[in-house]
Amino acid sequence: MRTDVNILGIETSCDETAAAVVRNGTEVLSNVVSSQIELHQKYGGVVPEIASRAHIEKIYPIIDQAIRQSKLNSGDIDAVAVANQPGLTVALIIGITAAKTLALVWEKPLIAINHIHAHLQSAMMDTKDLQHRQVSCGLPAVALVVSGGHTSLYDCENTLELKLLGSTIDDAAGEAFDKVASILNLPYPGGPSIEKAAKNGNPDAINFPRTMLAKDSLDFSFSGLKTAVLYHCCGKDMKGENRVGKMGQKEIADIAASFQAAVVDVLVRKTQMAAGRIGARTILLGGGVAANTVLRNELEKMAQQTGRKMLVAPRKYCTDNAVMIASLAYYKYKAGLFADMTLEAKAACDD
Amino acid sequence: MKTIQVISDSVAMTFETGKKIGSLLEGGKVVCLVGALGSGKTTLIKGIAAGAGAGKPENVNSPTFVIVNEYKGRFNIFHIDAYRINTIAEFESLGFEEFIGPDSIVLIEWADKVKQALEGLNCIHIEMRHNGEESRIIRLYGLKNARALKF
Repeated sequence: MRTDVNILGIETSCDETAAAVVRNGTEVLSNVVSSQIELHQKYGGVVPEIASRAHIEKIYPIIDQAIRQSKLNSGDIDAVAVANQPGLTVALIIGITAAKTLALVWEKPLIAINHIHAHLQSAMMDTKDLQHRQVSCGLPAVALVVSGGHTSLYDCENTLELKLLGSTIDDAAGEAFDKVASILNLPYPGGPSIEKAAKNGNPDAINFPRTMLAKDSLDFSFSGLKTAVLYHCCGKDMKGENRVGKMGQKEIADIAASFQAAVVDVLVRKTQMAAGRIGARTILLGGGVAANTVLRNELEKMAQQTGRKMLVAPRKYCTDNAVMIASLAYYKYKAGLFADMTLEAKAACDD
Repeated sequence: MKTIQVISDSVAMTFETGKKIGSLLEGGKVVCLVGALGSGKTTLIKGIAAGAGAGKPENVNSPTFVIVNEYKGRFNIFHIDAYRINTIAEFESLGFEEFIGPDSIVLIEWADKVKQALEGLNCIHIEMRHNGEESRIIRLYGLKNARALKF
């Protein structure tokens, strides 16, 4: 009797259209992400870069490719999982409609996935022991998701039980990277370009603000930091000259490094606070900004100093993908947590 | 209708100004915000959403990445950020026109990037400017009873 569980995952919450097939939650059979493949030639015209109904044009070829790459037949797929929140509603709907259609036609269960929770699954994918409390007791964990759209801390009791502890009240960390990059005339996306520029800079050159909010708050605010960088470059009333064009590489590098240090500092301090509060034994890190080396290193250092284990998503699964959707869906499948055909897109999520 | 100008001297006052604007808003309006990075657009919108009856202001955050946030207040509130939008076609493909209706208000940051798509709509225009480290100039056109905003 076949006991393997193959799940098709679909992700369309923002810019990326993605599909993947994952076996038993950890074995990746295929992983297709729209920005990483060439669709233009096949489908003609320009595919817009930003989330929109363009997902419609991409969803079928991407699912098709994910199934073909997995070397499975559609009959071997045991369930269809889809991110239904949070995100851009018009984009989410496309993934949901595709998933419902396939589930209906194949007569297989439909599984609804929270996109942010799935980012954390990326950090747990290679670690079977965390999935089973009895094996190594790495739980509870405190989980940090940092991306262009989200900056959130969770209390993770197990794969399926996540409690939101705090999130950004204005800009997400990844957004701050993008906007500061634009202030410094560095290319988009800002994450990698700031990190690159910061390599030759002094992180202590400028003491940018670390916004901690109320004393025991686990929420984040990065809007003031962005504005502080702007004022550093253009003067406090914005009436002064924008000096960025005249700055040498060293000065740009110092600003980038000092900005990055301020973001990482806040993220690490809040994560440590959260870990202390819930008695976390493990730190989990996921989301696009989790690709940042300084953040990975500083969190790792904090974890070591406080006697905690640190698990971080592999770089290839930091940005939006469907592997994390199909992987998390396995645990919902095992728990019998299925959605029905009334499943809707939700722009925001409560948890 | 006259242009109203408010000078805010703090984040808190920008929020309160937004709250008053939100309390004056009628369904069907499109609020177009323009202003540089860090000029307080998201803060003002937190206030507008609060004034329009949306629950927790801390849940109103920047939709730069996801492009559209949705909140529930006296109206369905659609909070759009056009910062990453490159073309009008892209903007229109968001289903933007479906957001507009008697039971909803649409708030657009970086509205200057999608000007053509907003022509002929029932718009309120808000311009925000840096005026010092804490101070911001808020200029407003098209809001009924806007004189109530004067502190």
